[in-house]
Amino acid sequence: MAQKVKTLPRSSLRRSFGFLTKYRDIAVGVYLLALIINGLTIIIPQAIRWIIDFGIVQQDIDVLVMAVIGLLVLTVIKGFIDFVLGRWTEVASQGVAYDIRNAIYEKLTSLSFAYHDKAQTGQLLARSISDVERIRFLTGRAVLRLFQSSILIIFTFFALLWMNASLALLSMLLIPLLAYVAFRFGRIFRPLSLDIQEQLAEMTTVLEQNLRGSKIVKAFAQEDAEIDRFNEQNQKWFKLAERQVIVQTQHIPLIDFIASLSTVVIIWYGGRLVIEQSITIGELVAFTTYLGQLITPVRRLGVIIPAVAMASAAGERIYSILDAKSEVEDTPHAHELPAIEGLVQFEDVSFSYFNQQTVLDKLNFEAKPGEVVALLGATGSGKSTIINLIPRFYDVTSGKITIDGNDIRDVTINSLRDQIGIVLQETVLFAATIRENIAFGLQDATEEDVINAAKAAQAHEFILEMAEGYETKVGERGMTLSGGQKQRIAIARALLKNPRILLLDDATSSVDTETERLIQIALERLMDGRTSFIIAQRLSTVRMADKVLVLENGRVAATGTHEELIRESGLYAEIYHRNLRD
Amino acid sequence: MGFSIGSAGVRTGGPRGNLESYADKVDGKSFNLKVLRYLLVFVKPYTLHMIGAFFAMLVTTGLTLLSPFLVKVAIDGPIVAGDIDGLNQISIIMLVAFVSLYLSSMAQRYLLSWVGQKVLADLRTRLFEHLQKLPLSYHDTHIIGVTISRVISDVGVINQLLSQGLITLIGDSILLTGIIIVMLSLNAQLALVTFAIIPVIVIASMIFAKHAKTAFRNTRAKNAHLIGDLAENLTGIRVIQAFANEDTTSERFDTVNAANRDANIEAISLSFIFLPTVEFLSMVATGIVLLFGGISVANGAISLGTVIAFLAYVNRFFLPVQELSQLYATMQTAMAGGERVINLLNTEPTVNDKPDAIDMPHIKGHIEFNEVYFGYKEGIHVLHNINLDIPAGQMVALVGPTGAGKTSIANLIARFYDVTDGTVCVDGIDVRDVKQMSMREQMGLVSQDPFIFSGTIADNIRFGKPDSPMDEVIRAAELANVHAFVDKLPDGYETEILEDGANLSVGQRQLISIARAILADPRILIMDEATSSVDMVTEALIQDALKKLLANRTSIVIAHRLSTIVNADQICVIQAGQIIEQGTHAELIDKRGLYHELHERQFVELN
Repeated sequence: MAQKVKTLPRSSLRRSFGFLTKYRDIAVGVYLLALIINGLTIIIPQAIRWIIDFGIVQQDIDVLVMAVIGLLVLTVIKGFIDFVLGRWTEVASQGVAYDIRNAIYEKLTSLSFAYHDKAQTGQLLARSISDVERIRFLTGRAVLRLFQSSILIIFTFFALLWMNASLALLSMLLIPLLAYVAFRFGRIFRPLSLDIQEQLAEMTTVLEQNLRGSKIVKAFAQEDAEIDRFNEQNQKWFKLAERQVIVQTQHIPLIDFIASLSTVVIIWYGGRLVIEQSITIGELVAFTTYLGQLITPVRRLGVIIPAVAMASAAGERIYSILDAKSEVEDTPHAHELPAIEGLVQFEDVSFSYFNQQTVLDKLNFEAKPGEVVALLGATGSGKSTIINLIPRFYDVTSGKITIDGNDIRDVTINSLRDQIGIVLQETVLFAATIRENIAFGLQDATEEDVINAAKAAQAHEFILEMAEGYETKVGERGMTLSGGQKQRIAIARALLKNPRILLLDDATSSVDTETERLIQIALERLMDGRTSFIIAQRLSTVRMADKVLVLENGRVAATGTHEELIRESGLYAEIYHRNLRD
Repeated sequence: MGFSIGSAGVRTGGPRGNLESYADKVDGKSFNLKVLRYLLVFVKPYTLHMIGAFFAMLVTTGLTLLSPFLVKVAIDGPIVAGDIDGLNQISIIMLVAFVSLYLSSMAQRYLLSWVGQKVLADLRTRLFEHLQKLPLSYHDTHIIGVTISRVISDVGVINQLLSQGLITLIGDSILLTGIIIVMLSLNAQLALVTFAIIPVIVIASMIFAKHAKTAFRNTRAKNAHLIGDLAENLTGIRVIQAFANEDTTSERFDTVNAANRDANIEAISLSFIFLPTVEFLSMVATGIVLLFGGISVANGAISLGTVIAFLAYVNRFFLPVQELSQLYATMQTAMAGGERVINLLNTEPTVNDKPDAIDMPHIKGHIEFNEVYFGYKEGIHVLHNINLDIPAGQMVALVGPTGAGKTSIANLIARFYDVTDGTVCVDGIDVRDVKQMSMREQMGLVSQDPFIFSGTIADNIRFGKPDSPMDEVIRAAELANVHAFVDKLPDGYETEILEDGANLSVGQRQLISIARAILADPRILIMDEATSSVDMVTEALIQDALKKLLANRTSIVIAHRLSTIVNADQICVIQAGQIIEQGTHAELIDKRGLYHELHERQFVELN
């Protein structure tokens, strides 16, 4: 089970910035450049003021020309620095996102099945995508802008004070108010946008289910009920969107209004100062320019501060993944499992998922090298669990499982799983070619090996019938294979791996008889000479087994060969006859 | 909890392989009057809002233009003249103007955004209702993801078309015209010199818009790869671990992860070229005003106030010019999105209730196929001349190889599709003469990929009869042999089902869908491979329950496992769209035909 590690908000932020260490040089450079930019931003209105006062009012054309050229040169320099600054920020913060994503991915592949049973794919995806984006924003533009804006406010304040103290104080009075409104807006708006996104996701789910389940919806004549369900979600979405419209209406025009008030103040009070000849007209213009320059950075502060809080929460979610302890890990003294002979023993094995339901209850049995063990029982009797425990997808709750006398918890997981082959009921194919899917996990398999495995798995023929043969793309965006075809690919995959122990689920009931026969042949070849555990769905499989375990509520209800069980086990005989009455 | 691994089960039977992929055509015309007219129908209910918004927009634009002019008046008048009273007056006028601007821009913003969101919601409702009307054949031939993007993303794009597109077009045009007029009237010469910069901004913006479109499309594609790869690996994480293949997949993930990073850096860098360029151009315009304005002031041709007002106006015309020149790209995407949405809305449902359709009376269950021909695609028949008579209350089994047409026969009974030729009758009434809902309310279906909706287990069992009391739900679950399992769960029937039913095995999902059909208490029950993923032991138990359930109902059972249908009243062997053998189990075994062969294969020991 995933241990939720509580991370304090502050330490979450600190940890996020820790990822910047790798890009330290760039990050330091960015902040130095930001200082230079701020300096230039402060100089430019002064230049304009100088042009007005000396060039225009005192009518010095030479000064005018020189000053305008100077202004353009300053702008070019500033533009160039802006570009470098922007690019470096992106390089560093995208680098951080990239590093965190790789770290998350590594972690997720190392976490055991118990973790993945509890975690939802959608949530893990959201963390790796959106939450990481929030961290990226934090380590990139967010904090940079926070820094830039604060510095600019301070610089501007001093520049204004230097020109005229009383007008400076009066016009800067409005800045805190502006900052407050902007902040309030950001604080309400950000979470609201997230709610809207989530609601949209909710609607998408309803929609998707209706599209995928359209046959069921129609078959049960539930169209109207589903329309109501969708409309209910849609209405919820609209209420949120309406709320967002109101929040915007309340804040954005107000921010503009407060900013324009400063113009009134400057004209009214500043005009008076010009009349009194305390300041020049150029200074008056410079005042409006400075305050105009401040509006965007102050607005941004309002957006960024809530974003920092959200990034902190996002960080906590991400670090809870990165800090999760895998239940199944190599012990410090784990050794390589030597080449397996194939003796598998369960000694007093009990197992319960998440300490809740007991699935296996002191199970004892053994499989000799090369034996085929069929597992038979109702849903929930523990068949799949036995299969899951052997490769250590989960660890036993008590008791032990040994292979050739080695407790499987004492060997390295890789050396254990490398020698076990698995064919599951629902075969996952990856978006790759058929060849790559067969050679999954075996990079050095030759073309010939792959073809031989496919032939033995009765898959070679249907693969050749495809337009591109072994190079046919399957999986998402590729060819769709039928259930029977997928299963044979999985068998080929397991054959190619040539494991000593095989774990199988023979659920082939949804394929037609001919395909079933082919799969049966493939399975027999696969199991030949290997210790095999097979979840039996069909009687032909059971008859093939050297030993049948009839499971009931996590215990072995009966065991023996097919013939023995027919004679001795009432439950077995009943199952058998039900399926064979004719 | 079983070893269930993501990925939906494979559907066999029915119209496989008919999927046409609908490539997302991104570019359309940038201006399509037909699309616009169609969309305006959705805006029509809010005409009053829109008229209000338009007036607010005019007022806002006017006041936006007024403020630099007031600054000019203040400087040239009271400030130069030293008239304090005049300054006070102008200041008050300015204050009033700003307050009015505040009010009008609130009104404009509220009205426009509200209508925009309302239209979105209306459109989505319309689309969803329309999708419910479309027959299964639509869903067979359209990729789900594509349809979702119609309803979610494309509709969002339409909002862009309305708010950013049309509003920008109108609002910015008015503003720009206003600025140009004001500048020309303040000083035509200076205005004309300043305008020289406009073509440069337009060209720069258009070049940027073009490159940005490619660059950002690239980032979206790379981002989709990233998500796709991650989603796939998370779904297949158990296989990856089982084959100890963590390293290779990590390498592959690293590649897409890096590609996403680089695409983003490139796209953002583009913005950091464009923004300073605009800033530079803006400074050039400022320089022109200062230089030529300054010289004119020296000549006494214009006042200082005019130069200062010009500086303000120049700053103001950059934004609308930029927005207008980038509008083309936005409109192109939006129009394409609009066109796709309209195409969807214009898709005619092919299976419709006739205008004079009657309500299906209480079904007794007599089903007849008379010379039925059927195909999913025109010209390709899946069923040829099917004649079948199922007396009320009988159990009929359909067997035969994959692709023979078994599911198609079942689909026609529920009228998921219409026959190409011939008739399908229930109790002597052609299924095309009754209202679809009234007939399907009396039918039940258990399909081979048991679809589970989000919500609780109880919700899913109740799906066909949402008002059923809990004891009926439990009774249905008991009959379907799923009660014991549900009862053991900590939350019992109130257990929330995870996405894709991930906390249930395929077998359990099948049992729940059987319970669903039992609760619906249908007169006709279609079981399409209903127990294919259930283990032998459970299946045996369900068979007993089904026997009780099927008594007095007509049922059509499709099965590969022949042991489940030996008791059927009638077995039809379907091959290549035709019924080639028909009779009871014993009769067909005696016949030594295909059924006998299938039976032998399944029950004889394999060597």
